Parts: sequence; C-alpha cells; structure tokens
Amino acid sequence: MSRIRLRYEKLGKVRFLSHRDVARCLERAVRKAGLPVAYSQGFSPRARLHFGLALSTGYESLAEFVDVDLDDAAPAAAGVHVDELPDRLSPCLPVGIVVTAAAPIETSLGSLQESVTSCTWQFDVPGVDPGTLAAAAERLLAAREVPLDLVRKGKQVREDLRPLIVELSTERAADGARLVAELGTKPRSVRPAEFFAALGPLEGDVDIHDARVLRRHQWITDDGARREPLMVADPSPHAQVRAS
Amino acid sequence: MTDLQAPFSSPPRSVWDRLEPLLPRVQQPARYIGCEDGAGEPDWSSSVPGGPVSWLFTYPDTYEIGLPNQGLQILHEIVNERPDAVAERSYAPWVDLEAELRAAGVPLFSVDGHRPAGAFDLLAFNLSAELTYTNLVNLIDLAGVPVRAAERRADHPLVCIGGHCTYNPEPIADFVDLVVLGDGEEVVSEITEVVLAWKAAGRGSRREVLEQLARVPGVYVPAAYEVSYDGPRIAAIEPCWPGVPEVVEKRTISDLAEWPYPKSQLVPLTEVVHDRLNVEVFRGCTRGCRFCQAGMITRPVRERPAEQVRTMVAEGLRRTGYDEVALTSLSTADFSGIAEVVGGLVDGNGQGDACGQVSVSLPSLRVDAFGVGIAAELQKGRRSGLTFAPEAGTWRMRQVINKLIREQDLYDAVDAAYSQGWRRVKLYFLTGLPTETDEDTLGIAELASRCLEVGRAHLRSPSVTVSVGGFVPKPFTPFQWFGQNTVSELQRKMHLLRDTVRPMHGAQLKWHEPRATQVEGLLSRGDRRLGPVIEDVWRRGGTFQEWSECFDLDLWTDAMAAHGLSIDDYVHRHRTEDEILPWDHLSAGLHKDFLWQDWRDALAEVGLPDCRWTPCYDCGACTGYGIEHIVASATPPAGGSQGTGQDLDAPLVAVPVELVSSAGATGAGGPTS
Repeated sequence: MSRIRLRYEKLGKVRFLSHRDVARCLERAVRKAGLPVAYSQGFSPRARLHFGLALSTGYESLAEFVDVDLDDAAPAAAGVHVDELPDRLSPCLPVGIVVTAAAPIETSLGSLQESVTSCTWQFDVPGVDPGTLAAAAERLLAAREVPLDLVRKGKQVREDLRPLIVELSTERAADGARLVAELGTKPRSVRPAEFFAALGPLEGDVDIHDARVLRRHQWITDDGARREPLMVADPSPHAQVRAS
Repeated sequence: MTDLQAPFSSPPRSVWDRLEPLLPRVQQPARYIGCEDGAGEPDWSSSVPGGPVSWLFTYPDTYEIGLPNQGLQILHEIVNERPDAVAERSYAPWVDLEAELRAAGVPLFSVDGHRPAGAFDLLAFNLSAELTYTNLVNLIDLAGVPVRAAERRADHPLVCIGGHCTYNPEPIADFVDLVVLGDGEEVVSEITEVVLAWKAAGRGSRREVLEQLARVPGVYVPAAYEVSYDGPRIAAIEPCWPGVPEVVEKRTISDLAEWPYPKSQLVPLTEVVHDRLNVEVFRGCTRGCRFCQAGMITRPVRERPAEQVRTMVAEGLRRTGYDEVALTSLSTADFSGIAEVVGGLVDGNGQGDACGQVSVSLPSLRVDAFGVGIAAELQKGRRSGLTFAPEAGTWRMRQVINKLIREQDLYDAVDAAYSQGWRRVKLYFLTGLPTETDEDTLGIAELASRCLEVGRAHLRSPSVTVSVGGFVPKPFTPFQWFGQNTVSELQRKMHLLRDTVRPMHGAQLKWHEPRATQVEGLLSRGDRRLGPVIEDVWRRGGTFQEWSECFDLDLWTDAMAAHGLSIDDYVHRHRTEDEILPWDHLSAGLHKDFLWQDWRDALAEVGLPDCRWTPCYDCGACTGYGIEHIVASATPPAGGSQGTGQDLDAPLVAVPVELVSSAGATGAGGPTS
C-alpha cells in the first residue's frame, strides 16, 4: 500500500457543501477516475481516504488536503502517475473543487489532523470601514486574554482564545474590509465564527454570515519552521476556474 | 412580493446574487446550489421564434426527497435533448429558506441556473403523494403566479402536473392548467410542440393554448370540464369546451427498450434518499394486489431487455462513481432476466474493474425463499435486515386483497433470511382493509410470533419489526368504493396489535399516524369542492403536511367545517355502484365493470392470478390501447407460490401459461416462448 496527499480548492457555489458532502464527492471522484484506492477490511469496506481539518459549511478554501491510500497490487496501480492526478481527478469533481497538487508521502507520516498547527483565514466583510476592523484587530492583539464562554457537556466553561490568535492584518476590500488571521489549531481549532464574534460589535451589526470566509493556508510548524502540508503545483488551467 | 418577468426572448436572469446572501442563514444550504454531476448546462440559445419552450420540473417536497425522482429526471433529459426546448429543476425550499425568500422578495428559483420560476413557460410538478398538495399551492405562489388557474394571464406559466396523484386531480383542479395522465416520455414532446407553435404565433390567449393542449391524448385540462352536484353527490361531469374528449385516456409507452432514460442520472453533491444509481427494469405490475394503485394504473408489464439493463448498469456506475445500484420496478424479483442479470453483476465485480466493491439492491423483495436467494447473492457483505410485505395477517384477508402469499412462503423466506446470516426481518402490513376483523388484525401479531420462532432455530435473539400503515382506498383500484376506517378505528386496531406484540421478546411494532392517513384519504378520493379547503389550509401555514413535525389535522378539520363539508362523507362512506366518482371522466384503461367485479370478488374472498402468466381477464389496460405485456419469459420465475396461492414447487405444468396476444406487438424484448 502507498499513500498520496492531494491538495484541493473549494470555491464558489460548492462552499455550501458540508465536509461530509465533500468527502463523498472525493470518494466518487476517485472511483470515477479509476484510481486503485485501497479499501478497509470488514463487513462494509470503505475507501481509505484520510481527511484533514474539517472546513465548515459556507466557507471557501485554497488549501484543503486529503490523503488517499492506494492498493499497489491492483492492476490499475501501474497506470498511476502522481503528477497527472490533478488533471485526472479535477474533471471528476464538481465545478469549484479543483485538485491543485498531488505527491506521494510516507505512510508513517502523522495524520493531517495531528500535524496541522495553524490556519490562515481571510474574512471579507462588506459595508465595514477598514479602520474599524483594524481597530478591532488591534484590540484583540493587545488584550492579555480573549475570553470565550462555551457550554460544554451542559456546563459553562470559559476558554481563552488569545494564545490561538497568531497574527492579524487588515486591508481594504472591494466593498468593505478584509481581515487576514492566522489562528492556531492546538489544543483545538478556533472556529472562524468564534474568532469573528470576539472582534466585538461592528457597524451595521454585521455578523459572520455576512462575511465571506476563505481558508488561505494550513500550516505545519516543525522546530520553528513553518510549511504547508503540500505546496500548490505549477498552475494548471483548472486552478483558474472559479464557480459563480 | 416576487419578481415576475415579462415574456422574454433572452434567458431569464439568475437570482443567485440575491439568493447567495440568504444561504449562510439556513439549514443544509447545499440543497439549493444544484451543480449535480450529469445536470449539464441547459441551453437557452435556441433560435426558434419566440425562444425555446422552457420547462421547470418541480418536486413539491424538499430536495432530498425530490431529486432522486426518476420521472422528473427522465423528462428533464428528454426536453433538454430537443433543440427547441430547455428544462431546469426546482424543489420546495424548507420553511427557513422560504421565510428568507419572502422577506427578501426573491422568488422560487431553479437549481440549474437559479432562474426565477415565474419566467418559465411551464411549471410542471410531479405529484406522488396527496399530502404535498398544499406545497404545490405554496410553490405556485412563491413563483409569483396566481394560485388559481382562472386568475392567470397569458404571460404566466402554464401549471402542469403529472405522477400517480393525477388519476384524481379534482381536489387541485382549481390550481392547475393541465394534467398529464400516465407515462410522460412521449407526451412531454407533444405538449412542447403545441406551446412552441403558440409562442411562435405571438402568444395568443391562455384559453387558445389550453384548447389545443386539451386535444393532446393524455392531457386533461380541468377548466374544459364542468362538474355539477346533487347535494353531496356529483350529478354530472361534462365537457364545456368544444372538441375535448369526454373521457381522457392515460398515455402508455409500449416498449421501455426505446426509452433508456435517464441516460445520465443526476448525482447530487449532498445526501438524498435513494442515493445510488437506479435502473428501471420494468414498468407496470399485474400481480393484481387490490389495494395497490401503482399496480392498477401502470399496466401492462413492460420489461426492459436484460442486455439493456446490464449496459445501463455498467455505464451508469462508470459515469457516476456510485458504488450502489438499485434495480427498480414494482416487484423486481419478477423480472424475467433477474437471475442472469444478478449473476452477471456479481461476477462482474472486481474483474478488470479496479474500483470494484459495488453493491446491488432490490428495493422490493418478494415474499419467498427465491427472493432471499437473490438477495443473498447480492449482499455479500454485512447482512443486517431484510424487508418483506405480506400486507395482511391471515390467508382469508390476503385473498380479499389478492396478495396470494401462503403462510409457508413467508416462513420459508424468513427461514432463508435467518439461516443465511440476516439478523433482523421487517414485515410491512396494512390495517383497515375491507372486511377486516380483529382476527385478521391479530393475525399480524401471530405471523410475527411464528417468524420469531423460525428465527430461534438459527439465532438466539432474532428480531422482527412489524410496520403497520392504515389503508387508504385509491382511485382506479377495486377498493375505490370502500369506506376508509375512521381514525379511532385505526387507533383501536393499532392498540390491539401493540398490546399483543408488546410481550413478545424480539418483536417491535411501528405504525403510521392515523390522523395523517385520514387527510390522505380525504384528498385521494375528493372532488373539486376540496379546492377551497386546500387553499385555506395553505393560507393558514399548512405546508409540508407529509412531515410529522408540520402535519396539523386541526387545520384540515377547521377548513372542512368552514366550507360546510363532511370528512365522514368523503373518507368513511362506502360508495355505491351507480355513483359518479370524481374521476369518472379520466381513464387508466381499466374498465369500470372489471374493477367492480374485482371488488365483488374481493368481498367473496376470491383471488385472481397474475395475468402475465395466465389468460387475460380483459381489465382493459392492454386491449383498450392495442398494447401488450412485454415479458421475456413465458413462465413465472422459480420458487414459492409466486402469488398464485398454489404450491409451485410441484412441476410447472400445473400453471396455465399463455401470453395475451394483440395487434401491434413490436420491439426488442417482446414475448418469446
């Protein structure tokens, strides 16, 4: 058995798919493309696809990852050229989901969910002045603590989001402002909605549903060095396709 | 409240920009984006004068329920293959999105191009369940179209309905412009051509196009007929427009082999019911179960050639990436080629096909060991539960309903299931059937108990689930004259069963809500006087009545009372032989005297064997239309009593076999000896 890592985008109308929907689309795409995917043992065998951090329904991404186990003993295994996988898989996926890179990885490598340490998110907020957003961001960075009240297992708990806010920056966007935030995933991922609420009230009572949210990167930090689980390959014609 | 676009020659503009900001605020937004694999890009660029004829095929329930509907997918494909027409699809938005749409002034939209529903030439609904009628009205309104047909102008879409409920469309006659009876494959093009000519000639009056449409065989235009009443009864149903037929006959395609649709079944991006490849192996059923409307109105049996089934399965799996295929029909184990097709599919797995692991399912399993044998061949993996439908608890009752399954057939089936590794058996029954006594009702519990005993020979704790539904008499069945059981009578019977089943170790009882059964009964045999009732229930918020969390009986009883109508008279009353039924001006091909005779036979507890393999009873479905059964095998498939009530393990010569022959037999897959 060998393992390949795929990087893909989720842009446009398909951002309304759930993580589970995307998983099923990828399973079908792998079958349609005729990849010799390995199946789990047991009564109801499943294709062995290992997904990374879930992307919430409604958000777009330039940096999603999945590891696929291949059955090297299958007759079709000889026909698999890793470099060709993006062009082979993308036409089998819905418009807006595009495979942008593929590479073999060691099966001993840690899972995506364990390895990823932070994500860079982009929030496009319509109707908000960039200055207001920048001020809110500065307040968060200056705070010693950013408390988040949660109900967990029926109990009120308070968590501190501050250690998970790695970096914030703002810029002007088409009809409002853009906030770029690197948010930690350990011990648990900050949800973009939790972070957004922590910014405090904004003009016109905009909420997370008004913002267009995009995951730009996922990062693995090893001994202080930061890298992506897989870099985007040379731009292929597919990479430019955007739905809607 | 919503946008209404004037007749256009360029494609209507997408409402996506206005819809998109609403979607983050609703549950499961994926059901509103379309983007299905196989949907293609509908082509609006036709150069025909007046623009292409545009159809919006709509299912009046949620996307998850409606998307898999094969009828709508077939018609969507056929229309899009035409150079002069275009089709898109729509589904009922759930209540959360509906509220957002109404607040934002966004109309009902197609999921293909997100175009406003009011801008299509035809809004065509599939009606498979009576409880969706208020959704039909709601969607017409959400499209920005007047709900009553009489109030529509020439630039409003034509509202069209098809599907099984259209055999009695009278309760919704006020809301629809045209009704299609029977198979849609051919008539959809005939309607397209009439509308095309009307558009090319500059869209005259609405009456003009409807008069033309009323002359297309299989098309019923309610406005062209007048119903008069004599107290609670119908006095007459008469054509009031010139040139329309006195009786509208259903359409039947003679050979399924000519219609290998859907050629590219839609693969949704989000989870739906029946989320798998579906290949229809035959249409129609002549088992003759007297409670079953589907079996009566879809006659005769038309099998797809086994070779075509194999091709459709292989190509479909390759194209869709599905790992499951269902062979669909009203009783798939009766398909002549079943053993070979199944054998081929099972052998085909893993051979040269790197992405094997395909599972095959038969949505309806016959009650005998043969059916279980096929299921065993198909289900190599985990065997959790198998479902059978004996429908009634005693042999007497099964003779009344003509479900001629011997008790031994059921025990053989259940024995085969438990011995081959299944752990749970589910049994479907009806209660509230004609002539039913408490002995018959309790027979259900007795069968369950005996099945558990059979199971204990193989397992320490076998499980049997008994699912009971209240019987609703349907038009064009021998039981159309029967007065449905009241809610309290159905409740009494279900409680009787519950008390008997409760002490049985390993048995569970599930039942359908009898109050919803009552409204289904009201709508299934109602007449035009129910139109205002349906409109009232809708105006008071009664949508999604199929959903237990939304169903509200009080809305219906209040509306009936407000209009001076009696639920008792519509639902619980036995009809008489001389009574004019609300659907007497429509025809499913069945002679009314055949149905009446079958009703008398039912009351006399006389069963009627399947006419596929025995002489013709002249029900009318074949002879009336000059068509016939298309069955590849002249003998019934092996095993059990096959619904004949006879022991067919004895030599086959015991079964009289003769195929009906009539003029005009054609086509591949025709009768062979």
